[in-house]
Parts: sequence; structure tokens; C-alpha cells
Amino acid sequence: MPTQAVVIDEKDNVATATTNLKQGSRVKIFLGSREIDLAVNADIPFGHKFAIREIGYHEHVIKYGEPMGRATQVIRAGDHVHVHNVESERCRGDWEDAKNEI
Amino acid sequence: MKFKGYRRPDGKVGIRNYVLLLPTSICANHVASEIARTIQGCTVINNFHGCCQVGADAKLTFTTLVNAGANPNVGAVILVGLGCEGIQPPKVVQALEKNGKPVECVIIQEEGGSLKSIAKGCAIATRLARQLSLQPREEADISELILGIECGGSDTTSGLVANPACGVAADKLVALGGTSILSETTELIGAEHILARRAINGKVKNKLLQIVAECEARAKAMGEDIRGSQPTPGNIAGGLTTIEEKSLGCIKKAGSSPIQGVLNYAEMPTEKGLYIMDTPGQDIESMSGMVAGGAQVLIFTTGRGTPAGNPIAPVIKITANKKTYDKMRDNIDLDLSGVIDGNQTIKEAGQLIFDEIIQVANGKTTKAEQLGHNEFSIYRIGPTF
Repeated sequence: MPTQAVVIDEKDNVATATTNLKQGSRVKIFLGSREIDLAVNADIPFGHKFAIREIGYHEHVIKYGEPMGRATQVIRAGDHVHVHNVESERCRGDWEDAKNEI
Repeated sequence: MKFKGYRRPDGKVGIRNYVLLLPTSICANHVASEIARTIQGCTVINNFHGCCQVGADAKLTFTTLVNAGANPNVGAVILVGLGCEGIQPPKVVQALEKNGKPVECVIIQEEGGSLKSIAKGCAIATRLARQLSLQPREEADISELILGIECGGSDTTSGLVANPACGVAADKLVALGGTSILSETTELIGAEHILARRAINGKVKNKLLQIVAECEARAKAMGEDIRGSQPTPGNIAGGLTTIEEKSLGCIKKAGSSPIQGVLNYAEMPTEKGLYIMDTPGQDIESMSGMVAGGAQVLIFTTGRGTPAGNPIAPVIKITANKKTYDKMRDNIDLDLSGVIDGNQTIKEAGQLIFDEIIQVANGKTTKAEQLGHNEFSIYRIGPTF
């Protein structure tokens, strides 16, 4: 993977940076055999994710071809995707508490 | 394919040849450790429990101790007890004797204190270690190997490279008739549906889904968002966002073999093939459970780096994060960052891991062994009373 970022599964809506990416830099990524090219909207540290297409509010973030959580806000293509805009849907004891309060 | 190991009376084959000092309770840890430190050829596990435990929790500690003693890397066992603890040394001795290995016992209250116990234990350890030193390695089939698969201090390189490469090695071992164990139930949450499809029958599938549901229910009962604990702050700094993402990467390290069965913590597999063991995601407790389950060798993939070893089984540390490898070279055995750089394929990296497993099985030491890392911790499922 001698690239700047990788998409693991063709169903994914995020890519993982395999090098530190500077805000505004254009990145070439292979989606299967198709090459796409997009600019990142923030600094993306090595190993972190960015969206390769828009992800709507509460839409699933897909990596490895599987849902890995849901967006807590609209995420634009090129945005850093991490704990600030994605939440887990599992082990949510805090949701259970909210349910109990109602 | 063959390797050279130590055949035990029960027919199993070890890749190390230790006298194991086994403390039946926390009160016996110091004496056991002193004996192990003094006499070459010994190893020791920590037992921070063994007293004032009730029911299933007490039983789990008992099983873990007995099964750790049964691990084929152990040639002989010296039990060290205080004398009055809940886990009674004679019962452990009785259970261990079934394996046919030499088992001896030192009881601190009977010997009359620490110094006399250490002296007696050292004399026994010397005799047993010299006896074991006479045993040559003999050829054994690779199907005798049980590989424990662990990941810890993960970052996104783990799921991207180190875990899938480990999966290649695990699949190869299973294809050759061996056994591998995937553990860490917490880190199956969000990926259990993928594993469930690979279960060999409905019973295995249901047990797999059940252990994950129970684990999630325990986490929910804490009334918190699990984030910050799973993924850990280090996982998050490394780019992992949710437990689902961590899990989807974690399961890659077990490859793609069918799932033969689901084991309780410290339970031994009865057949060959890939097993899941119900353990916590905490690395040391997880590895301790797999070693009690009979794993002679452990693979440990990491992104952030970790020094963890094990007192009974060699731990082979692997990373695909170049920065981590460079920073923690004294702890990490294999650098797979070539895959990230495009100089190596996952398959080639998997073969490297497999070759390393065989070399370590034949006696090559791991970095964790060289450094004396021997972390061991028994999982608790109940409070202390």
C-alpha cells in the first residue's frame, strides 16, 4: 500500500491515512481498481480516518464493509472522521440510563 | 510439518521446559517468586486471589491455577500455599497429579515461615529443574501447537496490517491441523455477526452470540458510555473511534477458519481448529486465560507498543507501525510496516509470523522472554468477601 490513504472495502465511506496528511492537500485513493482524488479538510494524522463521501446525520460510518458507529453530525467528504463526529451504538450504558429516566 | 518440543506424560508437547512455582493465594506470592528468582529453570505466576472468593469466582481461580500447571510448557509444578486459604493446596495438588507431571508442595504455615519455605522450595526446585534439564527436545507434529492470539495497544495499523497478517499465520496453522484461540470478548462487540457466520454449528453460533451479549450487558450495567475504556485513550489517539471499529479490526487476527467452539475462560480445547475464548479485553487477563487453556505460544499484535510477556508461554510481539517499532525495538519482535510502505504484502507478512512461530516453538527466545516479562493475572468475576 504505497499510497497516502487506503479504503479497505468498496462499501466503505471512510479512508485511513497511511501518512500524515496536511489540511487542503489532495489525496489519491484506490476504491477497488477505481482511483479517486479528493482534498482533506483538516490535518489527518497517520492512522486516522477521513470521509470519502458525505455521511448524513445518524448515517452509519462504514469501514471493513461494516458499520462502525453513526455520524453525530453531517460529515462532508474530506472531513476528519473520529470521536468528535462519530459515536458507538454498542455498550451504551448512558443510553440505558436515559431510557430509565423517561 | 514438525517442530521439536518436550513430550509430557499426558502426551501433550511443550515448547519450554519450566518448573512452575504456583502460589495458591496472594499470601504465597512472595515466597513463590523468591524461589523462582533464585533457581534457574523456574517460572512463576502471580496469583492476587485465592482467598475469600465465593462460588463461580472461586472456581475460576482454581481452574486457572490447575490448568496453568497443566500447560505443556510446564514440566513440573511446585505449589506454594500459605495453608489457610480458600483454595486449599491439597485439592490443587490432587487435580494437578492427573497430568502425570511431578507436583510438590510447600506450605508456609507448616514449614514455619518465609525463610524455611523459601529454603525448602529452592531445594525442591533445584532437584526438579535438574531432572527436567535431562529431557531432550523430540520431534512433534505442528498439529500439537495451540496458538493464543492477542492484540493490545491497538491503533489503526493493527486492523489494517498486523491483525490480517496474523490471521494468515493462524489460518496456516489451522490448515496444518493445529489450534488457535481468539480471545477478548469485549473486542468482538460489533463484529460478532461476522464470526457467527463461521461457527461450525448452531450451538457454537449461539454460544458465541451469547458471550458477546452478556459482555455488552455487563458494560451497559455500569451506566456509562464504554468509550474511554474501550477504545482506550491510546486506541483513540491512534485513530480508533469506536468499539465496533476496534472489534472489526481485532477479529482479523483469527483469520478466516471455521469456528470450532467457544471456550470458557481458562478452558482447554478438546478438538483442533480455531476456538474463541470468553475473556476480558485486558491483555494480561486474556493471555493468562489462553495459556491456562493450553496455548504454548502467543502472538501479540500492537500498534502503540506494549512490553507484555507471559511466565509460561513465549509472546511474539508484532507491529506494523514503523514509529512504534523504532521506539520500542527492545520489546517488539517483528516489524511489518513494510506492508504500509508497499514493500510487502499481507500474505508475505503472515508467512514471516508463521516462520517466527515455528522458530520460537523450536526454542528461539522472544524479546519479552529475554527481558523477563512475565505478567500474569487471573480474571475475576465476583467481589472479594
